[in-house]
Formats: sequence, structure tokens, C-alpha cells
Amino acid sequence: MDSSRRKFLKIAGITAVAGIGAPSALNMLMKQEVQASSAGDGHGAQPAAHGGEGGHGAAPVGKRYGMVIDAVKFHENPGMAEKCIEACHSYYNVPDFGNKKDEIKWLWQVPFTNAFPGDESHYKKDDRTHAMQFMVLCNHCDNPPCVRACPTKATFKNADGMVMMDFHRCIGCRFCMAACPYGARSFNWRDPRGSKDGVPFIKKVNPEFPTRMRGVVEKCSFCDLRVKRGLIPLCVEATGDSKAMVFGDLNDPNSEISQVLKARFTIQRKPSLGTMPSVFYII
Amino acid sequence: MLEKSLKGNLGYWAWVLFLLGIIGVGVICYIVQYNYGLGATGMSRDVTWGIYISQFTFLVGVAAGGLMLVLPYYLHHYKDFARITILGEFMAIASVAMCMLFIMADLGQPMRALNVVLHPTPNSMLFYDMIVLSGYLFLNVVCGWVVLHSEYKGIKYPNWVKPFIYISIPWAVSIHTVTAFLYCGLPGRHFWLTAILAPRFLASAFAAGPCLLMVIALIMKRTTKFDIGRVAQDKLVTIIGYAALLNFFFLGCEIFVAYYSTIPGHMHTLDYLYFGLADHATGQVYNNLVPFMLSSVVMGFAGIGLIFVSRYLKSDPLLALSCLLIFVSFWIDKGLGLVLGGFVPNGLEQITEYVPTFVELGITAGVWATGFFIITVLYKIAISVKLENEKTA
Ligand code: SF4
Ligand code: SF4
Ligand code: SF4
Repeated sequence: MDSSRRKFLKIAGITAVAGIGAPSALNMLMKQEVQASSAGDGHGAQPAAHGGEGGHGAAPVGKRYGMVIDAVKFHENPGMAEKCIEACHSYYNVPDFGNKKDEIKWLWQVPFTNAFPGDESHYKKDDRTHAMQFMVLCNHCDNPPCVRACPTKATFKNADGMVMMDFHRCIGCRFCMAACPYGARSFNWRDPRGSKDGVPFIKKVNPEFPTRMRGVVEKCSFCDLRVKRGLIPLCVEATGDSKAMVFGDLNDPNSEISQVLKARFTIQRKPSLGTMPSVFYII
Repeated sequence: MLEKSLKGNLGYWAWVLFLLGIIGVGVICYIVQYNYGLGATGMSRDVTWGIYISQFTFLVGVAAGGLMLVLPYYLHHYKDFARITILGEFMAIASVAMCMLFIMADLGQPMRALNVVLHPTPNSMLFYDMIVLSGYLFLNVVCGWVVLHSEYKGIKYPNWVKPFIYISIPWAVSIHTVTAFLYCGLPGRHFWLTAILAPRFLASAFAAGPCLLMVIALIMKRTTKFDIGRVAQDKLVTIIGYAALLNFFFLGCEIFVAYYSTIPGHMHTLDYLYFGLADHATGQVYNNLVPFMLSSVVMGFAGIGLIFVSRYLKSDPLLALSCLLIFVSFWIDKGLGLVLGGFVPNGLEQITEYVPTFVELGITAGVWATGFFIITVLYKIAISVKLENEKTA
């Protein structure tokens, strides 16, 4: 009886390890190619993945979308920032739980010290910069630590360099939230489709975009689906023709955003971390 | 062999019932959390990992600490550890089981946990952590069970387990190293971003694991006829003492780097943990972990001092007390401060404090009780076999 138990144990153990190890090893081998090519994508300057189109490979091929935010224009146009946030959060069914602990946000405003910690000078503070608020959102980093950390590829970089979320694959481990240095990610601590005292957390559900289930992470999507259809992101659209936000392909030297970046001095959030953010600020 | 766990005195059954009661409470709390979502915990957008992940981190250490009990016997044929190797292996089994339960408790979508296997992602450290932890569980189950079973039969363990035993030794190091890599590879979290995180984890593990074992062994010495022996006890004191000192040496290195360089990011979390950190804008000071962290330091040093005194005086109660002090000290240091501190301040230099909820504490207690339940049953079997063998021998 005991020897049969031992045999069972042996077999059970071996199958367990084989069960865990084998498919992953296989998958790893099969996905090697994909992994390698997306690693090549990592540096906006020479994305090797789309080499087939270009031919000579010297010029950057493939898209890398980015955004320039002119904080001065936002400062001069009070109320515009709120309009952008509303445009984003209402379209994407971002819930409002009415408390800080459960908070979910894709786009919001913070003072200079919070947007650019460590970058302020210590003695002289110019009043204007410190009175200004800065729009913050996911930076769609070119070298995103959140993607590196995710154990399921539920967060991944798409072909246009946008960092995306697969809500149906996310296991809710929140490793990506620990990994993101910008606090760009939110977690559904409770059911966003619910309500409290008769007031639903999502005021008016927009049927064009799915609501999320509880237990998954979400963040700004750079309006990937709109951009695919040739439209600009909703927040950019909400700034009208103030040019407070400019969106476009950083790899295209003739795009408006490339022109702005060439002409103006801009800063990024925490560039020293090597994440290569795609969002730039004019201050 | 399993039937040995079903024979016990009143005290044994009372203890088992007590554990089952706490497990029951844990299950109820988990149902509450499962139905409401992780919002039932104290975690927030800024502090995204709480007591579950910090317990997980600490317990990986306890599991790895089993190495210090196994290595002297298997690698150096240190005969005086013959009676405790099996206890080390069984402690590792219980700890890894707790680790896995804590991970499951922490997932927002536990039903999708298998996605880690279905969509393996070799660039994620969590992927490797899953491999090393399940591997370590497997190794300890095989080695522990086969060795004990051979003893039960009165024969020497078969040769085929030897490779598993030898692999399990570096494997123990790997589980805690990979667990440290979960943290120390993240840009922007200055407190974790340090190359000595893995060594620090290992040092505290090699103290905390044997400490727990020692306390249990001393309890068993009183309640059963099982005695690990003075020589093994004294040797363990050396191991615990030096590992604990090494842990504080590493902590000292961290403190030097932060406060001599005076780089703000490096000082913030240490400030928060040991002194309290003031918010930029409001000037409000946040310090809810300070009493814990300071007592951790005091208890740790007191424990190290006392453990050597206890050996000199050959006093078991003092030895138990000092082990308990060191264990609790390191539990606070790693089971609270290390994970929670990493989130303060957040990436925008804002401060949010974390306080666990009752539901969260109930689940945590339930998982610990499950671990102790596993240890109790396994140790019961191991001791029965050992005592019986000695009687017949
Ligand atoms: S900002 Fe954060 S979430 Fe967005 S891509 Fe960068 S690391 Fe990922
Ligand atoms: S929470 Fe979801 S997206 Fe984030 S790391 Fe875990 S599985 Fe990936
Ligand atoms: S780009 Fe789209 S998703 Fe992102 S903040 Fe703007 S509107 Fe929201």
C-alpha cells in the first residue's frame, strides 16, 4: 500500500511539473520569433519588425505615436483640461466611485512637482510653472516596464507602438502597476458596473466601448481604435484648435508633432529611467 | 504512513481544531472578498500590494531558510542534523503552500491564474517565480516523503532521490533570488532598486527559517519525546546569529548609501519607514509604519544578543524567546516594511498610507493557519516515524 502511494506521489509530481513546464517551454520556443521582433520594435529609431516595407532599413519604418502637451496653453485656457478629461472618461466608461481608494483615472492633472518629481530647482520657483497643472496619462513608453513585468502579455505593445490592455486576459496581479513609474494604471478594486445608493458608478454607459469587470487593470489606450480609423484621440479633439495637444507619428519627419518637437523645447517625465516616454511637455 | 497523523492526544486535537477554526474564518473572509472584489482590502491605487504579497515575500524566505537545515546534513554529512533535515523539508512544503495561497488571494481574477502558464511570458519575473516555486514544492515533497518513507521501512533512502536532494539546494537559493528580482528590477521604485536586495532577502531567510524551526522544535521537546539534540541546537544558534547579523549589515549598507549620497529618491522610503515622511504640498507627516520598523530593529538586535547568551546558559526558554524575537523582527522588516514601503511615495511623489481591513487580516490568518496545519500534520508523521524507529532500533 505504501509503495503504491509512493508511486502515485512520484507520478503526480512528475505530471505536475511536466504540465507546468512543457507547454510553456514549447510556447517559449514558438514565440521566440515574435519576442525578438517586438524587442526590435523597442527602439523607435530602427524598428526592424516592419523591415519588409521599407527595404533599405535605414529610415525608420512603422509608426510610433506620440503626444505633445502644451501646459502653457492649458494654463491660459481654464476649463479646457476638465473638458478633455470628461471627453475621455465618459467615452471609455471610466467609473467614478467617489473615493480615492477605489479611484480609476486615465487622464488627470497634477502640479509640476508631482508630474516631474526631482526635476524642480530647489531655491527659485517661478510662480507660473508652480501655478500650472500638468495633464498626465500613460506615456506609451517605447521601452515600457509594465509590458516587461506582465506575466500574461495582457499588457503589450501593438504594432504602432501603443501600449495596450487585454481586459480578458489580465489576471489582476498588479505587477504592471508596481512596474509603471508614472502611476498611469488603475485597478478595478470593485465592480465598476455597480452602483451605490442608486447612483451608478458609470453615469451613462457608452455602448461603443466595453465596460470592465472587477479585478482587472486599465489605463489610457491612446485611443487606438480611433487612431486606426484615422481620427485623433478624444482628449486632443477636445482641445479644439488651441493646439494645446498635438498627436501624431513620431517616426514621420513631416508630421505635425515632429515639426513641433523640432521647433520647441520639450521635456518628458523621468527620462532618466530609460522608459522613453512618447508624451512630451511644453512648459 | 499518513495514518500517523490520526493518532494524537487531546492537546494535539485541540490544536488541530483551533487551526481548522481559523481556516474557516479565512474561508468566510475570502468569500466576502471574492464577491466584493479586492476593494474589500485596504489596498488602493497607490499602494497596490498589501499584506498578501508581503506575507508571500516573507514566506518564500522561510521556505528558502529550510536550506540551512538540509545542507549541512546532505552536503557535509553533518550527522547531528539527521533529525532535523526532514523538518526543514516539511517546513519548506508548508511555506511554499502558503506562498501560493497568498498569491491566489491577491489576484483580481483568480480564475484566470492559469493564464501565466497558458501565455508564458519569459520577460516577466513572475513567470520564473512560478517555475521556481512549483519546482521547489515538488523537490521538497519528493525528497521529504521518500527519505521519511525509507526511514519508516528501516532502509536507507534510494539512490534515485539523491539528484533531487542535490538540486534542491541551489534551488532554495533560486526561489528567494527570483522573488527579490520581482522587486529590484523595477525602474522608478528606488527603495527596491538595489542590487543587494537578493542577498538581503537570503540573509534574513537563513535566519527566519531556522528560527521558526527552532521554536517548533523546542515546543515539541516539551510536548513530545522528540529532541533535536543540544549539538544541533547550538549549531543552529550559530547559523541564525550570523545570518541575522548579516541581514542588519545589509540594512546598514542601504542606510549609508541613502543618507550619505542624500539622493532624495533613495531617502524617501527609509524616511517613511523609520522616521515618517512629510507631504510636499500639505506638510502632513505620514508615519504609520514607524513604530513597527523601530521595534523590528530593537527586537532584532535584542534577539541576536540573547541567542548567544542562551547558548552560553544552555537555557531553552531564553533560546525560544530570542528565536521568536528574531523571527518577528524579520517578519516586520520583510512581511510589512519591504513591500508596503516600496509604494511610498508613489510615482508622483504623493503619499498614501495602507491599513489592512478585517477581511484582509482574516484571510491572512486563514492562510497562516493552513500553513501551520500542514506543518502540524507533516511533523506529526515525521516524529512518529522517527520515535518508533528509535524504539525498535
Ligand atoms: S506610462 Fe506606465 S503604463 Fe504607460 S507604457 Fe509607460 S510604464 Fe506602461
Ligand atoms: S495586472 Fe493584468 S496587465 Fe497587469 S501585470 Fe497582471 S496580468 Fe498583466
Ligand atoms: S488618448 Fe484617448 S484614452 Fe488616452 S487620455 Fe486621451 S482620450 Fe483618453
